[in-house]
Amino acid sequence: MSLFGFFKRQTSAPVARERLQVLLAHERTVVGPHSDLVAILREEIMAVIAKHMAVPQDKVQIKMDRGASVSTLEVDIEIPASVVGLRPAA
Amino acid sequence: MAKVLVVTSGKGGVGKTTSTAALGAALAQSGQKVAVVDFDVGLRNLDLVMGAERRVVFDLVNVIKGDARLDQALIRDKRIETLHLLPASQTRDKDNLTEEGVARVIAGLREKFDWIICDSPAGIERGATMAMRHADVAVVVTNPEVSSIRDSDRIIGLLDSKTEKAEKGEQVEKHLLLTRYDAARAQRGEILKVEDVLDILSIPLLAIVPESTEVLRSSNLGAPVTLGSPNSAPARAYCDAVRKLKGETLVEVQKQRGLFGKLFARRAA
Repeated sequence: MSLFGFFKRQTSAPVARERLQVLLAHERTVVGPHSDLVAILREEIMAVIAKHMAVPQDKVQIKMDRGASVSTLEVDIEIPASVVGLRPAA
Repeated sequence: MAKVLVVTSGKGGVGKTTSTAALGAALAQSGQKVAVVDFDVGLRNLDLVMGAERRVVFDLVNVIKGDARLDQALIRDKRIETLHLLPASQTRDKDNLTEEGVARVIAGLREKFDWIICDSPAGIERGATMAMRHADVAVVVTNPEVSSIRDSDRIIGLLDSKTEKAEKGEQVEKHLLLTRYDAARAQRGEILKVEDVLDILSIPLLAIVPESTEVLRSSNLGAPVTLGSPNSAPARAYCDAVRKLKGETLVEVQKQRGLFGKLFARRAA
């Protein structure tokens, strides 16, 4: 590491602090009956999709990112071209 | 009236047993009648840290099962007359800690002592929940490190829900004991600062025990650090902690303390 890099190096404690604050804010409410929220959402979303088309389970990616004030749930569904009734947007 | 104090942390290796021995010895040195109880059934170590490992005849499980009376199992410290140890069993497992049995032992100890200090095992299983079950006061031992803080937060949640006091709608009085603290590294931003830990866990600070070779030296010798190395920084921190636990207002003597004093100054904030 260059001398310049050494001086520029970020301290790690603030990162630890922020990670803990975000994590614990969630764990305090989520530990217990709702700890499997992502699994529940995944199942219910899959059930809704299955009503309309056949998508293999492994073509669905669900990710959750917990932020300090906002959390995001990302649902990525790869819809096969063979799915009946799906047309390109006009 | 007797007070039951649990020394707990969730995470292992943060200094629960060391702190139990040091707080117990410091309280006893101040004239209080103290019993320290090892709840780490199967992995006892409080006897070793206190230098009583060769004097264990009966243990907590023996008393719970009725194989021995409480006064037969209690080991009196050779250095301080008012300090007693109730060791854990090394051979049985923690299922022997029955709810009713533990309640009976604690009730028996309350009659004889001013302070009953329960050394909790790591984890959140039976040994840990039984150790905190009857607590009036909890000392949450935490290192300035992410996994220790997360586990402490979990333990605080249990203190607020699974204890006898919590079930009666009362509160266990909780205190943070920050151990293995290196002020210089915190200053450089390498480890979390006192303020960060307090901010995250939001329970009041009891004391900061600085990282020190004296702690290991004392446990090597089988002496609580407050006895083995009474003038060391950790010993002074534990003595301050004890004064706070007894409800005394600390007289600030920071000026003679140099670097260590600076550490304590922050506590007031």
